[in-house]
Amino acid sequence: MNDRVAIVIVSHSPDVARGTADMVRQMVGTEISLAWAGGNPDGGLGTSVELIMDAIQAAWSDAGVAVLVDLGGAETNTEMAIEMLAPDRQKRVVICNAPIVEGAVMAATEAWGGGSLEEVRRTAEELSPV
Amino acid sequence: MADELVSLDRTLIATLIERVADHVMAHAEELTALDQAIGDGDHGINMKRGLTAVMADIESISAQPLPGALKAAGMQMVMKVGGASGPLYGTLFMGLAKELSDTPTRAEAVAGFGAAIEAVKARGKARAGDKTMLDVLIPVHAAAADGADAAALRRVAAEAAEATIGMQARRGRASFLGERSLGHMDPGARSCQLLVEAVCDVLEDAA
Repeated sequence: MNDRVAIVIVSHSPDVARGTADMVRQMVGTEISLAWAGGNPDGGLGTSVELIMDAIQAAWSDAGVAVLVDLGGAETNTEMAIEMLAPDRQKRVVICNAPIVEGAVMAATEAWGGGSLEEVRRTAEELSPV
Repeated sequence: MADELVSLDRTLIATLIERVADHVMAHAEELTALDQAIGDGDHGINMKRGLTAVMADIESISAQPLPGALKAAGMQMVMKVGGASGPLYGTLFMGLAKELSDTPTRAEAVAGFGAAIEAVKARGKARAGDKTMLDVLIPVHAAAADGADAAALRRVAAEAAEATIGMQARRGRASFLGERSLGHMDPGARSCQLLVEAVCDVLEDAA
């Protein structure tokens, strides 16, 4: 459906995840595939492997999916979600080591410009402190 | 003895799960308080959510042989906990599921436990001394490998959890605190200690 890299945003807070997605939409537009997952399985603060898997599948692009996460549990749960995808999909999903809001906007901009999954990741990670 | 550890029938598997869930959930507020000091303050709540999901499924979980039961319980933890402890406990249980037979001998249980700990290390990118659940699991495993009985294992677990008070966190949210993480027990180490206590109680009663 899309030859551009997709973006997924994972935050402990549904509000942060949704708000970050809104910013990406406004700054980068609707031409890239984008989904978010926020909150634990009860809707409180936390992350859910199931919701993260759903978001990755919903945003899916054969060009790959770049995931932006906030704090530790979001990363661990995203790694678990990736491992639970079909084997041929697992290697086309990467977690970007970048601040979630800035990273999502930068990754989406690179994706919109047609960057490969590795380029998208690198662009987002340029924002990271060394 | 090279005989099987205990006879792991359906009733014992159900008892193991219930006692672990009861014991950890009875300390949920304490775990949350520990996590408020150095983490994000949800460990007790998260463990309770995961274990409640396991208990809701106990009929179908305990109807399976040990590996299947462990895998199903681990999957519930992964899906329902809502924090990093979900994948970490899930990996521990599913790691055991992968290694153990339906009726493991003590030696097989110790070896399987060791392999499951390696899987937890990989999942959490952590090692001994990082102030995590591993700081209870690793010494308990070493004591079990040395032939310790249930009473000794409970003691090792308690001392190991206590020892995390003096450690500086290198993983998880607590690592942001640097030296300020000193002086607090790690919540994951404490929940692991509770897990070990409950398992020891059940195996002791069944022996």
